[in-house]
Amino acid sequence: MDPSDHASGTEPFRLIAPDGTAVGETGVGLDPEQLRELLRQMIRARRLDRECMALQRQGQLTVYPPFEGQEAAQVGSAFALGPEDWAFPTFRELAAAIVRGVDPVQYLWYHRGTWHGGPYDPRATRFGPICVPVATQICHAVGVAMGLAMDGVDACALAYFGDGSASEGDFHEGANLAAVYGAPAILFCQNNGWAISVPTRQQTVGEIWKRAEGFGMPGVRVDGNDVLAVYRVTREAAERARSGGGPTLIEALTYRVGPHTTADDASRYRDDEEVERWRTFDPIERYRTWLMASGHADEAFVSGCEEEAAAWVGEIRGDVIATEPPPTEWLFDWTYADPPALLQRQREEALGG
Amino acid sequence: MAEWTLSAALNRALLDAMEDDPRVLVYGEDVGRLGGVFRVTEGLQAKFGEERVFDTPIAESGIVGAAIGLALVGWKSVVEMQFDGFTYPAFEQIVSHLAKYRNRNRGRVELPIVVRIPSFGGIRGKEHHGESPETYFVHTAGLKVVAPSGALDGYRLLRKAIADPDPVMFLEPKARYWAKEEGELEAGGPGIGEARIVREGSGCVVFSYGAMVARCLEAAEAVTDDGVSARVVDLRSLSPLDVDLIARCARETGRAVVVHEAPRTLGLGAEIVARIVEEAFDHLEAPVERVTGWDVPYAPASLEAAYLPSVDRIAAAIRRVTSY
Repeated sequence: MDPSDHASGTEPFRLIAPDGTAVGETGVGLDPEQLRELLRQMIRARRLDRECMALQRQGQLTVYPPFEGQEAAQVGSAFALGPEDWAFPTFRELAAAIVRGVDPVQYLWYHRGTWHGGPYDPRATRFGPICVPVATQICHAVGVAMGLAMDGVDACALAYFGDGSASEGDFHEGANLAAVYGAPAILFCQNNGWAISVPTRQQTVGEIWKRAEGFGMPGVRVDGNDVLAVYRVTREAAERARSGGGPTLIEALTYRVGPHTTADDASRYRDDEEVERWRTFDPIERYRTWLMASGHADEAFVSGCEEEAAAWVGEIRGDVIATEPPPTEWLFDWTYADPPALLQRQREEALGG
Repeated sequence: MAEWTLSAALNRALLDAMEDDPRVLVYGEDVGRLGGVFRVTEGLQAKFGEERVFDTPIAESGIVGAAIGLALVGWKSVVEMQFDGFTYPAFEQIVSHLAKYRNRNRGRVELPIVVRIPSFGGIRGKEHHGESPETYFVHTAGLKVVAPSGALDGYRLLRKAIADPDPVMFLEPKARYWAKEEGELEAGGPGIGEARIVREGSGCVVFSYGAMVARCLEAAEAVTDDGVSARVVDLRSLSPLDVDLIARCARETGRAVVVHEAPRTLGLGAEIVARIVEEAFDHLEAPVERVTGWDVPYAPASLEAAYLPSVDRIAAAIRRVTSY
C-alpha cells in the first residue's frame, strides 16, 4: 500500500487495491444500487467538506476540521450500521453523520458557532453529539451498547475515534468495560496518521488493532480507504455484536489529507510529498474505478452524482449562511430541566429585565 | 420509633427507588457482592440481580461515561465512586459531559444520573480518602450538588436525587455513616435547593452541611452557657443554594458563621459570605466568620483533629461574632 509509518506492519484487510482492481471477494452482500450509493455518499461528503472549508475561509463558519481522505472509512462504516444502531462521533465525522441521516445544516450549527455539540437530536438520529473531549465518546457508546443489550434490542453502538484517542484513558476504560460486559459495541479507530502535529508512530509503538487481544475482543485492521472492505468488517462486527458476540476493535488505516483544522498549518510538521503520496490512495477514485470496471456504474452515473452533490451542497451553503445567531435566551434555556431561582434571576439580568 | 444509621437509610433509599422504578441501576466498584465499602449497597444485588446491581472494573471515568450512554437509552444510573479522592479520574466525564449534555443537546436529552461519593474526612482515613470536592462541582453549571447531614434527610435527599431529571452529585459524609437518628424514613419534605433550619436561635446563624452540622449543633449548645442563642442551618443543597433562606437568616440575626471541612479559599463559605453581603449588608452587625479546613492537603489521621473545624473553633467563632 504505502510506505508511510502509520500504515506499516500488518497488511490491512482489503478488497479493492489502490488502482481499483479487486483483490478479494467483493461480493459483500450489497446490491448494485447499494454499491452505487456508497460512491454517491462519498462524492457528496467530499463536496460538502470542501464547501465547509470555503465557508470557513469566507467567515461563515468558525474553526472547521476537514475529513478529506477519510470518506471511505466514514461512509463504509456508517453504511454498515442498521437503523436501530447508534454511532458516536468525534468532531470529524460529518461524512458519517450525513450517511446516518443527520441534517447537515443543523450539524453545521456547531461549526457556525450557533450552538454546541448536539445541535441535532441524538436520540432521533441515534448519532451522538459532536464530541471534542478526546475518547470520551467511547464510554458513551459502550453505555448505550450495555443498555441496548439489557433491553434485548437487536442493535449495537459504534464509537469513532482516532489514533490519538487511543492514547487516552477513556479508550482503555471504554474498551475494557465493553469486553467485560460483552457489550454490543464497535470501537472504530480511524488511524489517519496524525494527531494534530504528532504522527502515529510517536503516539503508539504497537499496532492499535492488536490491543484488542489484550482486552479480550476480536480486532481487525482494515484498509480505511477501501470503502467496500470497511463496510464488510464493520458489518461483521455489527452482526457479531447484535448476536451476543461482544465488542470488536477496528483500526481503519486512512489519511488526513487536510490540516487538523482550519486553524492548523500542517506545513509546519509534515511534507507535501507525504500528502501527495496519500492522494494517490484516494478512496473515491479507487472505488469509482472498481465500480465502473465491474459494470455497476457508468460515467453518466458518476457525473449525475457530482451534479446532484453540487446542487445539494449549494442548498446547504445557502441555509448555513441564512442561519442567524440564536437569541440570548438560549444561554439559559437548557442548563437544567428545572432552572434554579438564582439562574432565573441571572437570566433576567442578562436579558435586561 | 425506628432508628437508622445514614448507611442503612441510604441503602433503603436505593432499595425503594429500585422497587419503584425498574429502570434504576446501581453499579460501581465493590457495590455488588460486598455491598460497597461502606455497605450502602448491601443486599441490593441479592434482591435485584446482577443485571441491575453490578460491580465494575476500577474505571471511574468509564463508569460515569457508561452512565451517560445508558441514560441515552432510558436507564437511570446511581453510580458509586468508592471515595472522594477517586472521583477525579471521572472529572472530565462529569464536567465536560454529565454537566453539559442537556445544554449541548438543547434540552432533548436529560441525564437523570446520581453520582454517589463517600465524602469528607473524620474517619482517620488514608490520604485521598478525606477530600471535600464540592467546590469543583458547585462551580460547574448543570450539576446539582447535595450533602445530607444525617440518616433521615439522607434518605429523603437520595430519593429526590434519583427522581431528579438533572445529574446530582451526592456527597455522603463518611463520618456520619454509622451515626444513628430516630424517626421514619420519608421521601417527601424539603427538596433539592432548600436549606433547613435545624436549630432555632436569634443571636446569630451558623451555616453548614454534611458532617459539620452535628458539630455546629454541639457548638450552639455549648454557647448557651454564655447566653448566646445560635441558629443552625443545614444547607443540604450546595447547588442550587438556598440563598433566600441564607439571606433571611442573616437579616434576622445580623451575625453569621459559615462552617465547612473544605479548605477556606474559594470554599462554599466564600459564596455564602458574598451572598450575605449582597442580600443582607444593611442588617449585618458583625463581620461574617468562616470556620473551615486549612488551605493544605487533607490531614493524616494523627493531625485530623487539627485540620477539621472543631466544636471549640466553631464555638469561639460564634462568641466572636455575637460579642462584636
